[in-house]
Amino acid sequence: MAAPLTLLLIVAVTIRAVLFRSSLAELIPERVEVVSPLNAWKRVVEGLALLDLGVSPYAGDVFHETPLIIYFFHFVIDYAEIVFMVMGCVFLLQFRKQKYALEAERYPLDCLELIRTPKEMYYIPLKVAMFYLLNPFTILSCVAKSTCGLNNAVIALFILCTVKGSSLMSAIFLALATYQSIYPLTLFAPALLYLLQRLYIPVNWQRSSFWLFTTQYTFMYLGSLCVMVCLSFFLLSSWDFLSSVYGFILSVPDLTPNIGLFWYFFAEMFEHFRLFFICVFQINVFFYTIPLSIKLKEHPIFLIFMQIAIISIFKSYPTVGDIALYMAFLPAWNHLYRFLRNIFLVSVVLLACSALFPVLWHLWIYAGSANSNFYYAITLLFNVAQILLVSDYFYAYLRREHHLTHGLYLKRKDGSEATLVLK
Amino acid sequence: MAAHRCNIFMLVFVLCGLTYVFVRADIEDTNHVKDAESVAVDIAPKANIGASLRSTKTEDQTQAAEEERQWEAETNPADAPSDNKADHVHDTMQNLDSRPAPYAKDQTQEAAEEERQWEATEVKEADRVPDTMQTPDVPPLTPAKDQFQEELVIRPLHSGDIYASFQFRTMWDTDFLRGSKVSHYRLFPKSLGQVISKFSVRELHISFTQGYWRTMQWGQPFLPSPPGAELWVWFQDTVTDVDGAWKELTNVLSGIFCASLNFIDSTNTVQPSASFKPLGLGNVTDQRFLRYAVLPREIVCTENLTPWKKLLPCGSKVAVCLMFDALMKVASSQSFRLSYNTSEICHNSYCKSTVWELRQTLNVVFDLHTSGQGKREWSLFKMFSRTVTEACPLASSSKVYVDGELFELSPTTPLLSQAVVLGDRRTYSVYDLTNQATFGQTRSLNMLLRWRAAESGDMLRPLLHGERYVAGYGLQTGEIHTLMYNNHPYRAFPVLLLDTVPWYLRLYIHTLTVTSKGRDNKPSYIHYQPSKDRLRPHLLEMLVQLPPNSVTEVTMQFERALLKWTEYTPDPNHGFYVGSSVISALVPSVVAMDTNSTRECPLFSSFFPCKEESSYFMRVYTEPLLVNLPTPDFSMPYNVICLTCTVVAVGYGSLYNLLTRTFQVEEPSPGLAKRLANIIRRLRGVPLL
Repeated sequence: MAAPLTLLLIVAVTIRAVLFRSSLAELIPERVEVVSPLNAWKRVVEGLALLDLGVSPYAGDVFHETPLIIYFFHFVIDYAEIVFMVMGCVFLLQFRKQKYALEAERYPLDCLELIRTPKEMYYIPLKVAMFYLLNPFTILSCVAKSTCGLNNAVIALFILCTVKGSSLMSAIFLALATYQSIYPLTLFAPALLYLLQRLYIPVNWQRSSFWLFTTQYTFMYLGSLCVMVCLSFFLLSSWDFLSSVYGFILSVPDLTPNIGLFWYFFAEMFEHFRLFFICVFQINVFFYTIPLSIKLKEHPIFLIFMQIAIISIFKSYPTVGDIALYMAFLPAWNHLYRFLRNIFLVSVVLLACSALFPVLWHLWIYAGSANSNFYYAITLLFNVAQILLVSDYFYAYLRREHHLTHGLYLKRKDGSEATLVLK
Repeated sequence: MAAHRCNIFMLVFVLCGLTYVFVRADIEDTNHVKDAESVAVDIAPKANIGASLRSTKTEDQTQAAEEERQWEAETNPADAPSDNKADHVHDTMQNLDSRPAPYAKDQTQEAAEEERQWEATEVKEADRVPDTMQTPDVPPLTPAKDQFQEELVIRPLHSGDIYASFQFRTMWDTDFLRGSKVSHYRLFPKSLGQVISKFSVRELHISFTQGYWRTMQWGQPFLPSPPGAELWVWFQDTVTDVDGAWKELTNVLSGIFCASLNFIDSTNTVQPSASFKPLGLGNVTDQRFLRYAVLPREIVCTENLTPWKKLLPCGSKVAVCLMFDALMKVASSQSFRLSYNTSEICHNSYCKSTVWELRQTLNVVFDLHTSGQGKREWSLFKMFSRTVTEACPLASSSKVYVDGELFELSPTTPLLSQAVVLGDRRTYSVYDLTNQATFGQTRSLNMLLRWRAAESGDMLRPLLHGERYVAGYGLQTGEIHTLMYNNHPYRAFPVLLLDTVPWYLRLYIHTLTVTSKGRDNKPSYIHYQPSKDRLRPHLLEMLVQLPPNSVTEVTMQFERALLKWTEYTPDPNHGFYVGSSVISALVPSVVAMDTNSTRECPLFSSFFPCKEESSYFMRVYTEPLLVNLPTPDFSMPYNVICLTCTVVAVGYGSLYNLLTRTFQVEEPSPGLAKRLANIIRRLRGVPLL
């Protein structure tokens, strides 16, 4: 197990190192699919330059990272390349540990076919690491030095700590992720559910132990979030960063094209409906937390996957790095393959769209022979494919659960073979 | 009786004596006030000597005419023998004290004031420059509080074009900011006066320009201005809400000048920290009271000229103003080469009593070749379709200056004038329109310029010159290149570069590079204010040292933003204008550069280079930029809203589906016949199938 992991690590680092030295290293950071106004490395450098000039980095509308990031990079600016690689490695280590979590799922059922063999389980961390480290999306994101890699690493550490049951570290990393970009706030629910499950505390409103732990975890989370925000305030001694980071994420003033749904929608929006639709779109991201938590309260790890996927589809400035994060989870659900309905179609669409992004971008921006609608059409298709992928996995997971409780081969009353339908 | 008579005689005598004393005192008072003028007149003969000593070249050419011609007086210490130098400095000081507002070309005036900001020791020299243009026959001090002067400068350019600069100056000895509300306006335009008093404006500068001034072909203009409209205002420090006052002021001015100044808002207004200093009395340096805005897209046409004309006391009825009607025609037909600007400078002057000065200028470049039919000949009539018949009766001075000596002038004028303008010593032929003799028997003045030689001499290359362009391709990123040329052979000088870039071009300050002669040239001062989306533009000011005989290149990368569809102009694919960069500098003078100048001065005066002419202030505007931005498809907001909402609905729907439903074994639904049979059976009360 260690040997293949080391080999994988070496391969991944080599690919990145080669790309950093190649001519692509100048091209990739300009790609709108890879970097967004929130996490472009160019903007981090700009923020540092402003800081050196004695201007607050939040005085302008170019820098939208959090203050901690800017001071972090202030110290490691020279080693930025290494930092991004290390972040990749942290991710790898995390999934090595996640093995235990998956082993914990045991089903005392007769459906042998559905239960994963220990051998499969054994290779899952390796597959996850491979999926993440060798995913072209991750590689692009890393070569572009997008700070998205950092956010992914923080979320990965959060998952690791949660899975290992360390509630304090989990809360701290969750707060850090929330501090970086508001959306991981929705991961609070699955983390809490998982920790409750680990401590064998049932989710029961009447039980005081449930409330005790919930309050405890909430305090840890809010406390560390508060500490980070206050620390940022003391570093810059102004609250400008709140509007410049979180206001920027929520109100979507920058309409630079990306792979998400927001940019063209709000570029074409009628001014008096703008606020309404911003509210609708942002609520849309957070809204799914409650029903999903109710539906999947027994399966918090899958809930985490669902939440991350929904965030990366519906967030205001998505990049391919965000997609890579939830795609890294896919090997962990390889036991769901038999229930997926349109995985082939979806993967073909995703591949085609990834190839078409640069082509249509070139036609619009450089060649001038296409217009914005072409690029927009591709983003729409890409998002539909992602939605189908996620809902397909959700469907498969629910269906597997159903089969686990009702047996794999269902029979009708008259004894003929039955088909399952959603009703 | 005799005693009585004696008493009466005594009384009369005493009275006479008293009257004499009072009158005498009065006269002395007036003399004191008019000191500057009288000294200037006194100096005329000396200046004459100095000038004739100096201008050996002109002597050769115009030897015959030399005796008849009477050199117009100068108070230029360089011209006068140097033993008068001390006097001159003294004179200058007196001038500064007594003359309410130095009579200056705008440019030299700017030079003077800027210099005051930059280098305190050169104040005297800088302020002296205006006096070189001063004429000895200053009008008698009228009891009226306002004064009006008009002049026209005609300068043939080396490209063969004619540059005509009209200038009108109204002065008003009043103070409408403190206490007394002024109700009576005589020469000063009421519309402007009211605006100034209402908004507590300290200084107001507006210019409208059509076309671009080609510095390398035409040399320096007297008053440089950027293409489009430029407005900068210093408010009094009593103003509390400067932004509010600025907003109102731009809207009011927009009405007065028939221009789109109302489009000036926070997204194109900046507060430069060093580039624009007050030209008048106010020695304020607090940039909070300064607002500067440029509308590079503003198209200037006759509708801007009409309100401009209305501000003149004589309107377009009399004198030099006569030409305006003709100008309008010209302006529309040759707008490409045409460059005129209107500038209102209102400032307190230097001394104890202050006056308000309004200076209106109009600069036009006429294309000689299209109308001159190849002949190098030019006349007022040909250009303006009319001649000058009389001066504005309200004007205290009314003159026409013709620059240069490479052509014959008819009718000839006995008056000559010398001035150092923009660091270059020029000789002007002067026509005084207040003098009836100027008009001759025909009662009209039609100047005719005929070039002597086919080739005009070498043009003085501008020492400072700026260019700007956008590099890069595609609609994603780009790079702004600003080139600054220092053509001085051996002197380096610092320049202040001011760049205002709209927010939709997101500048990256870390990509700023300044190189000259292939080497990195670090700016000694950088003031950068980043933009805020839809709120304020980028402002970059830096002080760069230009090495001698070099090109300094300033580059900066930017990113083009995608705007909301309502934020684009009606013709979005035309592009977006970015206002000119402003390069302000103290340029070493060409006169000082001329090593032969020692020949004309007494030898003992030139152990050190002539300090008073060593440098002059100059402002150079680069071209505005036209930048394309990526555009959305303006025709399909509904489609986009529908399609995007559909995708969100697909996401919501599929999740909702999975969340609310459960898996169930499908029971085949009974066929239609069976269902009908069941309905009938139910009616009959028979058990169902």
